[in-house]
Amino acid sequence: MSAALFRQTLPILFGYLPLGMAFGVLFTAQLDYAWWYAPLMGVTIFAGAGQILGVSLIAAGAGMLEVFVAMFVLNARHLFYGLSLLGQFRGAGWRKIYLIFGLTDETYSLLTSRPRPGPKAEEQRNDFLITLCNQVYWVVGCAVGALLGDNVAFDSTGIEFALVALFIVLTIEQYKALGEQFPLWTGALAAAVAVTLLPPAHQLIGAVVLGTSALLVQYRWRKVATEGPARG
Amino acid sequence: MDNTTYIIAFIAVATAATFLTRVIPFLFLSRHHEHPLLLHIGRYLPAAVMALLVVVFLLRSANWSAPAFGADALIPCALVVILHLWRRNALLSIVAGTAAYMAIQQSGLFNL
Repeated sequence: MSAALFRQTLPILFGYLPLGMAFGVLFTAQLDYAWWYAPLMGVTIFAGAGQILGVSLIAAGAGMLEVFVAMFVLNARHLFYGLSLLGQFRGAGWRKIYLIFGLTDETYSLLTSRPRPGPKAEEQRNDFLITLCNQVYWVVGCAVGALLGDNVAFDSTGIEFALVALFIVLTIEQYKALGEQFPLWTGALAAAVAVTLLPPAHQLIGAVVLGTSALLVQYRWRKVATEGPARG
Repeated sequence: MDNTTYIIAFIAVATAATFLTRVIPFLFLSRHHEHPLLLHIGRYLPAAVMALLVVVFLLRSANWSAPAFGADALIPCALVVILHLWRRNALLSIVAGTAAYMAIQQSGLFNL
C-alpha cells in the first residue's frame, strides 16, 4: 500500500480510533459480557451508530425482530450509498463483496471523494485497501476501549448519553448537507407521536413507519404539484 | 435463552441487518436507481430517521418528573448542538455532551 493511499485514510484513523474506543468503553460499562465481544462486533457488524445503538438494545434485552428492524432502519441510509456506487464497484471481482460489506458512512465519503487517477481495476484495489484499513482502525478502537473499560474502574453512570449526542451530531450533519428543515420536523413529530401513543418496545418502529409514510405522502403531493392534477 | 446464546444471536442478526442495507442496492435496485420515488426517499429519509432517533432517545434520557422538567438531559443536548454548530468537531461535541450528562446525573443536580 502506497504512502499516499495511507495518508488518505488518516482522517478516518483519527475519527475511528476514538469513536471505536467510546463504543468499547460503553460496551463494558453497560453490559456484563467479556470485552472481546466488542471488537468481534466491529469485525462482523462494522457500523458505528449501529453498534452503539446495539449496546442499549442488548441492555434492554430486545427481541431479535426488534433488533433486526432497529438495525435495518438505523442503517437504511446505506441503501442509498450503494445506489451511487453501482458503477464504481462493477467488475471488482471477489473484492466487491468486501467493498459492499465495508460501506460505512466514513468509507463511503472517502471512496466517493478521493482522486482516482489510475485505471479502474487499480483504483478498485485501492478502494479495497482503504476499506480494509478503515475496518482495522475501527476494530482496534473497539478493542482498546473495551479493555480500558474493563480494567479502569470509574463511575460510568450516564455514559449512555453518547448515543443521543451521536444522533444529534448526525442530525446536524444531515441538515447541513440538505439545507432543508422539513425532514427533521417530520422525523421529530413522528417520534413524538409514537412515544405518546405506543409502549417503549414499539416506539422506534412506529416512528419509522409514521415518518416514512409522511415522506411518501409528501412525494405524492410534490408530484401532483409539478405535474398538475391527474386526469381521467 | 442464556446470555451467551443471546449475544451471539444478537451479533448474527445485527450483522445480517447491517449487511442487507449495504447489499440490497447491488442485488435489486441497479435498474431503478433513477426512479424519482427512490431519489426522494434517499434524499430525505436519513435526515428524518436521525431526527426521530434524537427525539426517542432524548425523551428516554431525561427525568421529566423532577421539578427541573427534563433539564438534566436538555442542557447536555443544547451543549452538543451549540458546540457542533460552532466547531463542527463530532468527537468534541459527543465527548463534551456525554461528560456534561454524566456530571449532572452523578451529582443529582436536577433531581431535587
